[in-house]
Amino acid sequence: MAPTAPPSSPSGTDLPRTLAASRGEVSVRDLYKSFTLNRAALAVLRGLNLSVAGGESLAIVGPSGCGKTTLLRVLAGLETPDRGSVLIDGRPVVGVGTERAIIYQEPRLLPWANVLANVAFGLEVRGTPRARARERARHYLRLVGLEAFETALPRQLSGGMAQRVGIARALTVQPEILLLDEPLAALDAMTKLTVQEELARIWAEEKVTMILVTHDLEEAIYLADRVLVLSRETELPPRLLDVPLPRPRDRNAPEFVALRRDLMRSFGLH
Amino acid sequence: MAFQGLEISVTPVARPDGPPPPLSGANLRRGLEASARLATRYGLLLGFLGVWQVASTAGWLNPSVFPPLDRIVTTLAEGILSGALLDDIAISLQRAGIAFAASVAVGVPLGLAMGQMPVVERALDPILQLFRQTSALALYPVFILLLGLGETSKVFVIFWASLFPILLATIGGVKQVDGKLLEMARSFGAGRLTLFGRVILPAAVPAIFVGLRLSGTTALLLLIAAEMIGANKGLGFQVMNAQFNFRTDLMFAAIFLLAFIGLALNAALVAAQARFCRWSEPR
Ligand SMILES: Nc1ncnc2c1ncn2[C@@H]1O[C@H](COP(=O)(O)OP(=O)(O)OP(=O)(O)O)[C@@H](O)[C@H]1O
Ligand SMILES: [Mg+2]
Repeated sequence: MAPTAPPSSPSGTDLPRTLAASRGEVSVRDLYKSFTLNRAALAVLRGLNLSVAGGESLAIVGPSGCGKTTLLRVLAGLETPDRGSVLIDGRPVVGVGTERAIIYQEPRLLPWANVLANVAFGLEVRGTPRARARERARHYLRLVGLEAFETALPRQLSGGMAQRVGIARALTVQPEILLLDEPLAALDAMTKLTVQEELARIWAEEKVTMILVTHDLEEAIYLADRVLVLSRETELPPRLLDVPLPRPRDRNAPEFVALRRDLMRSFGLH
Repeated sequence: MAFQGLEISVTPVARPDGPPPPLSGANLRRGLEASARLATRYGLLLGFLGVWQVASTAGWLNPSVFPPLDRIVTTLAEGILSGALLDDIAISLQRAGIAFAASVAVGVPLGLAMGQMPVVERALDPILQLFRQTSALALYPVFILLLGLGETSKVFVIFWASLFPILLATIGGVKQVDGKLLEMARSFGAGRLTLFGRVILPAAVPAIFVGLRLSGTTALLLLIAAEMIGANKGLGFQVMNAQFNFRTDLMFAAIFLLAFIGLALNAALVAAQARFCRWSEPR
């Protein structure tokens, strides 16, 4: 694998952007995280620095096992780093927080609760009265186009529908930061394109910061302002790639295709 | 690539234009299907009862051991109408009912707690396995020594035996809760109580129902055994006593009553299970 530097990549990864929104700002300082695997220490995150502006959309790509999920879980507060810190709007992250919501690779719906109850779950857990929580849940259910399925049970949904319910559930708590771990990886190609468009629209409407782990380079370029490329090799530092394309994006535009080719080359693919 | 100019012609499927088949025919077919289903479900049972009746009245079976069904039914009706059997039914239902209710009242909360505390569960598991493997009937004499020959020891032995199925099923139900769902709930800020009420308990309900059905069956089994060993009332006692007096019609009447109680309990639990566990049925 020849590490060719992507063209528009800046030298460092610590590049604050001057965007209008100030809420939902994430900054990662000198982050270290290792695991013990077969009695050997495995350094997954090695001094990572990163700044994500409020309202920005950042994609994280990289080969399997390079630490994408680990980074996202640290940002979510589900994993504690060995060293370094994560700041959200200037405050250090300790555990999970109400300003962040996670969308997982699997929908993780409660199988005994109907669609509406699932979407309202996050709010109800936080103590919002049921009627108000369900009202807001209805709004987001409409946003993902599933208002007709309020009373359906999760097992009555297709994979794509279930994933959209998971997306609506995360949006219902109106987070500043959406953390997504390969949310569309299990969907078929057609559904994936539809939900990608939905995500792009929702991101623009809700003005949230979006941090999206994906192994789909096209998805990364379609949705992100910047792409963070992680690698498994210890000597290779993480790189950042700008995606200066107007929205809504056209996957077939020459600039889009060129960016995708650059990104693929940086993985040693053609 | 464009699809212009590509012509797709679809030949219309020929559809019979005639009037729909007469309703009576469809109804007849549906009726036949339903009775065929009933026949496959209950045919063997009815056949068995029929053979019993014929064999007993024709003398192929010794009628003093297997009395004809009509005599058993008459004895049963008389016993219930005269109130002679009602006392036995009442005391049996009371013993099994109290014991079953107690095993549920102890087993479900204890199981829910143990399932969530791996340390406690690990410490108690060997004892539980030992108790479970020791037949409750073998311990009955011990319970009699401790609690006397009265109602208490009978209820206790039934309670003891039916406690373990519900307890172990509940522990199992809690332990198999999807960790990913727990993490999802936690990431929304759920505390221990919310986690329990909104995730752990609902997830364990199907397993708890399996435990309830097992415990119910066990309670009836132990009821009969306990009443056969040391009682002077109750359906189990009646089976034993009628056999002793060679009143086989009364013996079978009591046996049928016990079978009926078992079926009714199971049907009630199955109905409740269908109501509460629809989500967990395979689709
Ligand atoms: N809880 C854990 N215990 C031990 N090792 C872990 C743990 N979680 C992750 N790892 C290790 O850390 C490394 C990075 O894992 P991570 O899940 O972050 O990869 P990833 O980039 O998300 O990969 P993928 O694209 O396959 O999802 C892997 O080598 C994995 O084995
Ligand atoms: Mg991963």
